[in-house]
Amino acid sequence: MKTFVLAAFAGALFAVGLVVGGMTIPAKVTGFLDVGGAWDPQLAFVMAGAVAVYAACLRIIRRRAAPLLDARFHWPAARTIDARLVGGAAVFGVGWGLSGYCPGPALASLGAGSSSVLVFVVAMIGGMALTRVLIPAR
Amino acid sequence: MTALALLHGLTGGALIGLGAAMLLLVHGRIAGISGILGRAVNTDGGRTIRLGFLAGLIVTGAILAVLQPSAFGAGVRGAPALAIAGVLVGIGTTLGNGCTSGHGVCGISRRSARSIVAVMTFMGSAALTVALVGAHA
Repeated sequence: MKTFVLAAFAGALFAVGLVVGGMTIPAKVTGFLDVGGAWDPQLAFVMAGAVAVYAACLRIIRRRAAPLLDARFHWPAARTIDARLVGGAAVFGVGWGLSGYCPGPALASLGAGSSSVLVFVVAMIGGMALTRVLIPAR
Repeated sequence: MTALALLHGLTGGALIGLGAAMLLLVHGRIAGISGILGRAVNTDGGRTIRLGFLAGLIVTGAILAVLQPSAFGAGVRGAPALAIAGVLVGIGTTLGNGCTSGHGVCGISRRSARSIVAVMTFMGSAALTVALVGAHA
């Protein structure tokens, strides 16, 4: 229960950040990506603020031997830069540019009740499941 | 861009960073939304954490949508295009092991070479896509 509630609080903070930052407005996201057009730089500040705070916290958290409620930190194990990483990122970017939704803002927007975000999220979960079935995890 | 937009961006970003840092400090996990969603019900010991995080993210979004509906924008394209985009985001983030949060926020902060390459790649392909099809339908 404690684990669930604390993780939910982290998710809640994350959601407030996405909404305050403007990430739940797809036109703002595509406006940010429209570097050759009417460029909207706001999301660059969202990324800068997030990286600045996370990087500062990371310096402090890394001094600990373990997190508060687990025996160890679960750092990503992968190290190699391969075609799968680059190809996957490229495909993700096409979907992001087309819709203005990346996974976090799409989930945070579900409750706003628009059918377009629901279509996106169902399709995204389908794409994730399909990839896991067809292509074995590394 | 106005000073208010700049402030909104930085404040929102700081809160995203705090939420992600809390997940790391308490649970030792990277706040990558695509990975948290894609592996939500995996039985590897992290299921309660992932379901809790997703519940907090979705429920808080729903509450904010009631309090501040103008903070949520309409879709920029029709349902068929959004369905295609969703499938591409699902496939791409699963193959590439991350999205804007895991590679973007957490990976860049950790100075992960993989994440930096991933971010440059998806920013590039996203900007190219918008250049080709426009910022909205």
